Amino acid sequence: MSAPRAFVARAAQATPPGVAVRMRGLSDRAIAWLFVGPTMLLLLAINIFPLIWTLKLSFTNFRANRPNANVLDVGIDNYVSVLTDPDIWLAMQATAHFLFWTIFLQMLIGFALAYLIDRKFRGHGFWTTMILIPMMLSPAVVGNFWAFLYQPQTGLFNYAVSFLTGIPPSSFEMIGSVRLAPWAIVIVDTWMWTPYVMLICLAGLRSIPDYIYEAAEVDRASKWRQFLSITLPMVLPFIMLAVLFRGIENFKMFDMVNLLTSGGPGSTTELASITLKREAFEKWRTGYSSAFAIILFVAVFGLANIYVKALNHVKNR
Amino acid sequence: MLPGVLALAAATAMGLVPAAAQAQDKTITLCWAAWDPANALVELSKDFTAKTGVKMKFEFVPWTNFADRMLNELNSKGKLCDLIIGDSQWIGGSAEQGHYVKLNDFFAKEGIKMTDFAPATVVGYAEWPKNTPNYWALPAMADAVGWTYRKDWFSKPELQTEFKSKFNRDLAPPKTWTEFKQVSEFFQGRMIDGKKVYGAYLFTERGSEGITMGVTNVLYPFGFKYEDPKKPYAMNGFVNSPDAVRGLELYKALYKGSTPPGLSNAYMGEGLDAFKSGQVAMMMNWFAFFPGLNKDPNVGGDKIGFFVNPSDKGKGVQLGGQGISVVSYSANKNESLQYIKWFASGDVQKKWQAIGGASAAKAVLDDPAYPKSSPYAQAFLDSMGMVVDFWAEPSYAQLLLAMQKRVHDYVVADKGTAKEALDSLVVDWTKVFKDDGKTK
Repeated sequence: MSAPRAFVARAAQATPPGVAVRMRGLSDRAIAWLFVGPTMLLLLAINIFPLIWTLKLSFTNFRANRPNANVLDVGIDNYVSVLTDPDIWLAMQATAHFLFWTIFLQMLIGFALAYLIDRKFRGHGFWTTMILIPMMLSPAVVGNFWAFLYQPQTGLFNYAVSFLTGIPPSSFEMIGSVRLAPWAIVIVDTWMWTPYVMLICLAGLRSIPDYIYEAAEVDRASKWRQFLSITLPMVLPFIMLAVLFRGIENFKMFDMVNLLTSGGPGSTTELASITLKREAFEKWRTGYSSAFAIILFVAVFGLANIYVKALNHVKNR
Repeated sequence: MLPGVLALAAATAMGLVPAAAQAQDKTITLCWAAWDPANALVELSKDFTAKTGVKMKFEFVPWTNFADRMLNELNSKGKLCDLIIGDSQWIGGSAEQGHYVKLNDFFAKEGIKMTDFAPATVVGYAEWPKNTPNYWALPAMADAVGWTYRKDWFSKPELQTEFKSKFNRDLAPPKTWTEFKQVSEFFQGRMIDGKKVYGAYLFTERGSEGITMGVTNVLYPFGFKYEDPKKPYAMNGFVNSPDAVRGLELYKALYKGSTPPGLSNAYMGEGLDAFKSGQVAMMMNWFAFFPGLNKDPNVGGDKIGFFVNPSDKGKGVQLGGQGISVVSYSANKNESLQYIKWFASGDVQKKWQAIGGASAAKAVLDDPAYPKSSPYAQAFLDSMGMVVDFWAEPSYAQLLLAMQKRVHDYVVADKGTAKEALDSLVVDWTKVFKDDGKTK
């Protein structure tokens, strides 16, 4: 039985008998299709069709700004061009740097914060709310906000660094320096999304039953041993889930970085998503950018699938 | 159906209802960027509605999203805009893709002559192919890059004395790029009125067109040319000529040594902020902003002066500005053409200039009173006499983004040399023209 049929059959079985009786002239299966059908059509229209269309365009030289021009089938030329373009590889390198450091820092700080909040100290509710504020802001607001903070002459960030290190505030530029700009975007993303990781880790910590720790206490296990043998393994699936969510989100990061640096200085912070936007909607190389989008999709989809398998393995241990 | 409505329908069918009364039901939408001149156009257009009964709606988009939003609209054959004041670079693509209505027959029928407009604006905003009598727009907003300076700082006696002793000439708006460098470095990091100030503000924006619109003002006077005048699309030796390399090196030297910190991704708005807040002695920006700056209570009036882009080996300045076109997908083409006819008239052009627009009509620009009509009018006239436009090719966006990248990489990100940047630009542009089938 195909997947949609199986799904409809399950939905039909789940249909309360009373409903089936009242809807005379329609079988349970028909009623199930009636309810599920529009959603499935919508899903096909907004997800599957564009994907297939993008795939089709990726084998052509189509340009969306020249609808009257002849569209030629170019085979795998677009894919070859993408994979041999040094600028694309630089963008992938910038994306990899951004992904690695944001995920690493967010997991580290997020888990540490969750561990602290889980201690339930006085006022922990207030501090939890305060910590969550950054992730409630829009990325566009955050981009503009941090662009002001990073201003060498007036920005608070430079003054804070100056206060801590003694380096004059206007002697360095976070978003204007090739060396510092990649870190500038990592800092902002970490500031914004660490609370999200903290929430997931907190859920993991609170799901550990107290009796396990009580048993460990009876066995005279040290706190460090309890942390290594109970806390960390039991929270690991949650951390892995957070890595998955943040990884996918940051792979397609666009708005915040675009507002903060526009991919600059030069092309230092030009992430894959910014390159894709430039190719597709500024240069109008629709066929080429479709090929790039498919490559990115396959990479994320493939990696995510492998990762989910690993996650399930850890969860089932 | 109500009897009154029936009577109106019958009267309309018999041609008894005057055209103006019919037009009262019509609304046309004009699309442009959101900036001061657009607000002036709203005021001006009230006269059009009063005269014809055609109502006006406006769709103004911030400059940062203007091209994205409007080109998407045109490419998707959207009906949002009946009239569009589009950037000069769009003319080629919009003409070739049929986004704009060709206006030759309309101009001929209505007696609108392109010879009534400044030649540079006709070539820049209306013609495609360039230098041929094929018109896709009416010059609407004449613009170019110009310079403002702090007249009050320049006239301080102690600074005058110090500058003269150092350079053996008066501290005055620079006429050459050598002078510009000296003046900007003279002000860099100086304390004026108890505040640290900087030499100059330059365009450095990476995302859209900023740094290209800035750096070309140095490249043109140094001898940069887009192509061999005798051999179209042959760029080697012109784009990357030794003089062009020198010009690009100067822009970088100015960026590194004469600008405020934190200027790595700045364009029009940031320049206005820098000047208004008293940070810089000189500011590069579009003339369109100068009426507003001149009225500014803090830095306008007696405190501000204006000058034309400095020269070097030759003269040249970046053309800005736009023409007004009728969108070919509009359902209100007749009313839109009516607007263009109204807008082209001498009286409307004079009022347009008076309320904050920038007319390209000779009736306005050639008026003997014009050079004294504002403190920036003479500089504007001089600038319009030496403007150069970026490629207006259908692939202008690819050409522009390539230059954005190469120039930003060199000037801001310290990548490679000026020669390497311009050599790479020739390679990028050659590839674009090859893909377009313009070269082999």
